[in-house]
Amino acid sequence: MAKNCWKARCAVANGIARVLRGLGQRVTSRIWRLGYASRFFLAILLHSGTALRRLHLTIREIYFTGVLSLIIILVSGLFVGMVLGLQGYDTLQRYGSTEALGVLVSLSLVRELGPVVAALLFASRAGSAITAEIGMMKATEQLSAMEMMAVDPIARVVAPRFWGGVISMPLLAALFSAMGIFGGYLVGVQLIGVDEGSFWSQMQASVDFREDILNGVIKSFVFGIIVSWVAVFEGYDAEPTAEGVSGATTRTVVTSSLAILAADFILTAFMFTGT
Amino acid sequence: MSRTTLDLWVGFFVAVGLGALLFLALKVGNMASSNSGDTYAIHAKFDNIGGLKVRGAVKSAGVVVGRVTEIRFDPEAYLAVVTINVDARYKFPRDTFATINTSGLLGEQYIGFEVGGDTAMLKAGDTIKKTQSAVVLEKLISQFMFNKAAEDGGNNK
Amino acid sequence: MTGVPGVNMSQESLVEIRDLNFTYDERPVLTGINMTIPRGKVVAVMGSSGCGKTTTLRLIGGQLKPTSGTVKVGGQVVHELDAAGLYGLRRRMGMLFQFGALFTDMSVYDNIAFQMREHTDLPEALIRDLVLMKLHAVGLRGAHSLMPAELSGGMARRVALARAIALDPMLIMYDEPFAGLDPISLSIVGELIRKLNDALGASSIVVTHDVQESLKIVDYVYFVSAGKIVAEGTAEEMKHSTVPYVHQFVWGEADGPVPFQYPARPYGEELLESAVRRG
Repeated sequence: MAKNCWKARCAVANGIARVLRGLGQRVTSRIWRLGYASRFFLAILLHSGTALRRLHLTIREIYFTGVLSLIIILVSGLFVGMVLGLQGYDTLQRYGSTEALGVLVSLSLVRELGPVVAALLFASRAGSAITAEIGMMKATEQLSAMEMMAVDPIARVVAPRFWGGVISMPLLAALFSAMGIFGGYLVGVQLIGVDEGSFWSQMQASVDFREDILNGVIKSFVFGIIVSWVAVFEGYDAEPTAEGVSGATTRTVVTSSLAILAADFILTAFMFTGT
Repeated sequence: MSRTTLDLWVGFFVAVGLGALLFLALKVGNMASSNSGDTYAIHAKFDNIGGLKVRGAVKSAGVVVGRVTEIRFDPEAYLAVVTINVDARYKFPRDTFATINTSGLLGEQYIGFEVGGDTAMLKAGDTIKKTQSAVVLEKLISQFMFNKAAEDGGNNK
Repeated sequence: MTGVPGVNMSQESLVEIRDLNFTYDERPVLTGINMTIPRGKVVAVMGSSGCGKTTTLRLIGGQLKPTSGTVKVGGQVVHELDAAGLYGLRRRMGMLFQFGALFTDMSVYDNIAFQMREHTDLPEALIRDLVLMKLHAVGLRGAHSLMPAELSGGMARRVALARAIALDPMLIMYDEPFAGLDPISLSIVGELIRKLNDALGASSIVVTHDVQESLKIVDYVYFVSAGKIVAEGTAEEMKHSTVPYVHQFVWGEADGPVPFQYPARPYGEELLESAVRRG
C-alpha cells in the first residue's frame, strides 16, 4: 500500500518535471530564435546598401507589396469608414451630438484603425507572399546558388523586400485612413444627413496634426518594420520543404499580427496618455 | 512586367499615398492653422490654472491668437507661471486682462485676452499684470449651496 | 584566364582535400577524406544517397567549414579565406545545382546574364553576345526569352549548365546533373560536361549516382560509402573492381554490402509472434 503511494507520487513528480522541462525548452528555443532573428535584422541593415544603390530592386518590391495591396486596402478602408459612420451616428444620436461624427470617424481611423487594420491586412497579403517567395527560393536552392555565385542573398533578395515593405506600409495606412474618412462622410453626410459643415469643421478643430496624424504615421512605420522583418526572417529560416514553407507562411501572419497588436498597445500608451 | 511600367505604377502608388497623407494633414487635421509664423513669448501668472494644458489655445475675441507653451510653478510666490507664444502679427496693450475660460460648459480650458486701453504694447518677455484664475467647479457648487442655505435660513426667520 | 591574385596557376592539382572530417549535429558525415582534382580533368564522386557527396561540394565551395582537415582550391585553404577572398574564389567557380536552381522570376537570358551584370562592368551589348554564346554552346540559343517555368527538365538543366559557365570558371561542380532526365537529355548533358570542360581548360567534379553516363565521360572516380572513400581509380579500373561495394554499385546488384532488407528482427520470429498473439 505504501509502495503504491510512493510510486504514484514519483509518477506525478516525473510528470511535472517533464512538463517543466518541456516548457523551459520551448521558452529557451523561442528566445534563441529571437536572438537569431535580431542578428538577421542587423545583417539586413548592414547589407541595405545594395537595396539603395540598385533602386530598381526595391522599386520592384514596392510594386509587389504596395501597389498590389492597393485594392484590398482601399476597399477595406471604405467599408470600415462606412461602418464607423453608421455605428457612430447610432451612438452619438442618443446624446444629441451627431455633429461630432466627423471627429469620431477621423480620430478612430487616424489614431488606431488606420495603422493597425492596414498593417494586419498587409501582413496577411504581402507578408505571407514575401515569406512564401523567399521560402520557395530557399527550397529550390536558388539562395544557395546565389551564394555560390558570390552574390549575397541577404543584400540582393532579402533587403529590397524588407525596405519595400517598410516604405509601402505608411502609405497604405494613410490611404486606408483617408478612404475611411471618405466612407464615413458618404454614410454620415450623404446618406444619413449629418450637417456637412460641422462634420468637417469639428474634425479639423479636434484632430491635431502632431498628436494624432503624426503619431499614426509613426505607428504605421513601426508596424511596417515589424511585418517586413517577420516576413523576410520566416522565409529565410523556413525548412526547405513544402510543409516548411507553408508553416513559415502561417507563422508570419500569426506572429506579425500579434506583434502589431502588442506594439500598438505600447505605442498608444506612450503617445496618447503622456500629457 | 517591363521596368518602365513598374516604375510608373510605383510612382503612382507613392504619389497617391503622399496625397492621402497631405489630405489628412491639411483637410482633416489643423496643421494649416498652427505654427504658421513668427511668435513672441509673454508670461502670465495665475492663482489657479485649473485644467489648462500646454498647447492649449489663447483666444482674443474668440479667435486663436497664440498657444500655451509652458506651465511652471513659482515656488517663491506660490503662483502658476504660464508662458504664451503669441502670433507676431498681433500686439496687445500692457493692461490686457488674461482669463482662463472653459469652452462650453464642461469643455477644454483656454486663455482669453480682454484688451484694455493702454497705448503701450506688450513686448517679448513681458508679464501680463492682470489675470483671473480658472473657476473651480467645486468652489462654485459649495458657494451656491452656502448661498442657498443662507437664503433659506433668512426666509425661515 | 590568368593572373588571378592568390591562385597559384603552376600547381598540378586544382583542388586538394587532405584528411577531411566533417560532423553535423554530432553525426560524422565525412571521415578521413583524401581527394585530388587535377587540372583539366573530370572527376566523379559516386556513392549512394546520403553518403556525404553533396557535403563535399559544399565544403569545397566554402558553404560549410570542415571540422578538421584542409580543403585547398588553387593553393588557398578555403575555410581560412575572409569574406572578400571567399567571394573572389567563388567567382572562379561554377556550380550546377540539383534540378537546376534557376531564378524563377527571371528569363533564361537574365539568368545567364546575372553573374555578368553582378560581377563585371561589361556593357549590355557585350553581355548579350556572351549570353547568346553560352546558350549556343548548350544548344538553347533560341530559348533565351523563355521563363524557367516554361522549360522542360532537360532544357532547364542545360540552361543551368550555361549559367554555371557564364564567367568561364576554372572549377565546375555538378550536383547530380543526371537526376531525373530522359535518355536523350542524359547523353546531351554528359557530352556537354566533357566538351565544356575541355574547351574551357577547367576541372570538373561530378557528384552522381548515375554509373552509365558518368563512366563514359570521367577521367577518375572516387567511391564514397558512409562518409569514407572505399575505392578510387580510373573509369576502367572501377568497372573491373573487386571491392564488393563498388561491384554492387557499378553492376546495380540488388543485394550486397548495401543490404536489401532494412534492419529488422528475424522473419520467422515476427511471423510466429503474430500467430501466438492470435491463437
